[in-house]
Amino acid sequence: MAIRTRKPFSLRRQTGFASIAMLCFALLYLPILTLVVFAFNAGESVAVWEGFSFRWFESAWHNEQVQTAALRTIYVASVAATLAAIFATMAAIATTRTAPYRGLTFKYAFINQPLMVPEIVTAVALLIVFSRIKVWTGYQGMGYILAAHTAFCIPFAYLPIRARLENMDLTLERAAADLYATPWNTFRHVTLPLLWPGILAGYMLAFVISLDDVVITEFVKSGGQETLPTYMLGQLRRVVTPEVNAISTVFLGLSILIVTIFFFISRKRN
Amino acid sequence: MISRAAEVAERFRRQDIATRWWLSAPAMVVIFLAAVGPLFVMILYSLMVKGDYGDVKYWQFSGKGWFNVFFSQDIFDDTVGFADAHVAIFWRSIRLAGLTTIATLILGFPTAYFISTKPEGKRELWLFLITIPFWTNILIRTFAIQETIRNEGVFNTLVMKLGLVDRPIQIMYTDTAIMLGMIYVYLPLMVLPVYASLEKLDFRLVEAGYDLYATRFQVLWRIVLPLTKPGIIAGSILVFIPAIGAYVTPRVLGGGKNMMLGNLIDLQFGQGRNWPLGAALSITLMVIVTVALLVYVRNASKSGAGHGH
Repeated sequence: MAIRTRKPFSLRRQTGFASIAMLCFALLYLPILTLVVFAFNAGESVAVWEGFSFRWFESAWHNEQVQTAALRTIYVASVAATLAAIFATMAAIATTRTAPYRGLTFKYAFINQPLMVPEIVTAVALLIVFSRIKVWTGYQGMGYILAAHTAFCIPFAYLPIRARLENMDLTLERAAADLYATPWNTFRHVTLPLLWPGILAGYMLAFVISLDDVVITEFVKSGGQETLPTYMLGQLRRVVTPEVNAISTVFLGLSILIVTIFFFISRKRN
Repeated sequence: MISRAAEVAERFRRQDIATRWWLSAPAMVVIFLAAVGPLFVMILYSLMVKGDYGDVKYWQFSGKGWFNVFFSQDIFDDTVGFADAHVAIFWRSIRLAGLTTIATLILGFPTAYFISTKPEGKRELWLFLITIPFWTNILIRTFAIQETIRNEGVFNTLVMKLGLVDRPIQIMYTDTAIMLGMIYVYLPLMVLPVYASLEKLDFRLVEAGYDLYATRFQVLWRIVLPLTKPGIIAGSILVFIPAIGAYVTPRVLGGGKNMMLGNLIDLQFGQGRNWPLGAALSITLMVIVTVALLVYVRNASKSGAGHGH
């Protein structure tokens, strides 16, 4: 005979919370999943399924505009993330593991400033200044986009690097110094290897942030400097074919790949 | 002797601080050139006379840019009235950002709570599921929402097939569409900080509540919520600030009619050709954001000092 037992009283349970959470996850993922599914649609529609095909991936692959925009996006993200990671590492070393000194709080505020201002505001401010510089110097190159991306990537790279430094063991560096290592050698052979996971995490964060940027790039770019996001923004106004879904799917895959690597790096750290 | 040692120590300290300034210089210079500096230039631009084809007339100052933020002057008889369109856009931005914050809190708090009640080893995976959409390009997410709610989109195709309605429900190009998009895009920003404070919650206090015959709701309302207030406040700031300055979501989902502040600013630098007004609007947006930050920070420090009830 089965005895019906009451569920044990749980301290943590709140009625309905699990259902709301499930609803949230469904809401977060259903639109993205639909988008991915219709990238494989054989027909022209992004809502009516007409069979499986890779044709939209092929057409995106052969689309010259998409190709150059994709390469440009990767180029910008690589340069901006590299510079941001280097500068952020230097800044993190300068602002951690020390007694407070004059200007330290100012440095924190300054480095994090790009996070405090709405993107559109930074974007138009850059438009004003860069369009003037473009007129004065005649230089129309990629330098503007690279500078803007590096600037807003720095605070994102700075966060994990600083966190890593603050939790690092000082004694190893002291031991190196005691063994007559020069400051540079100590940094090169002790600090840097220990700091490496933080720098890598910062680099990847900066890379994804740069990859995702639409607003600032849209305002800073000169003619013919479309990145994938600004190209897509232009496409959304027209009649949308599953080609945009295909581009999004590849883009999405790339982001998820980077975030997954980031997840495992930061997990290993603990 | 002692003073000599102190002198050397002091010299080392000074040297150390100087090195630290050199080390932080590249980051600070880049941020100054491509983020902070231009904001100051923008203040200057907001005070100049607008150029005929965009840009400004250099060193001709005027308060017209700021005047036009809230007022308009009739071109024929010079009467001054409120710029109704601008006021409406300000109101829409504040209202939609506020509603988005509330909606993300109502959805995000239970989600964060749900994750925090999972066994420790599994929480990371659930959090990872929250962060994936967060790291996905905002344009892709907005596009995904657009595909869902369009008249020919998945949602409408589905409800029409089921025979619930015979005409598609118009959601695109309405305030509702913008709000749905913003809730979708900013939800992770609410869940993460709320989770961070729920994770630190001491469940012995919850137990004490139950021992004193509190109901589940009372425990939630009188114990859990007050203790997680810092996370709720942080989440609300993180959602409200990008929401009030949103540009992509209202541009794609709201269309030309349902502008938010970001789009109004964009318009002044494009077709509007009124850069001083655009600059003044941008500064106004920054002021709203700063005020929101200050209000929250003050509330946060107050709630930290002592419990209100």
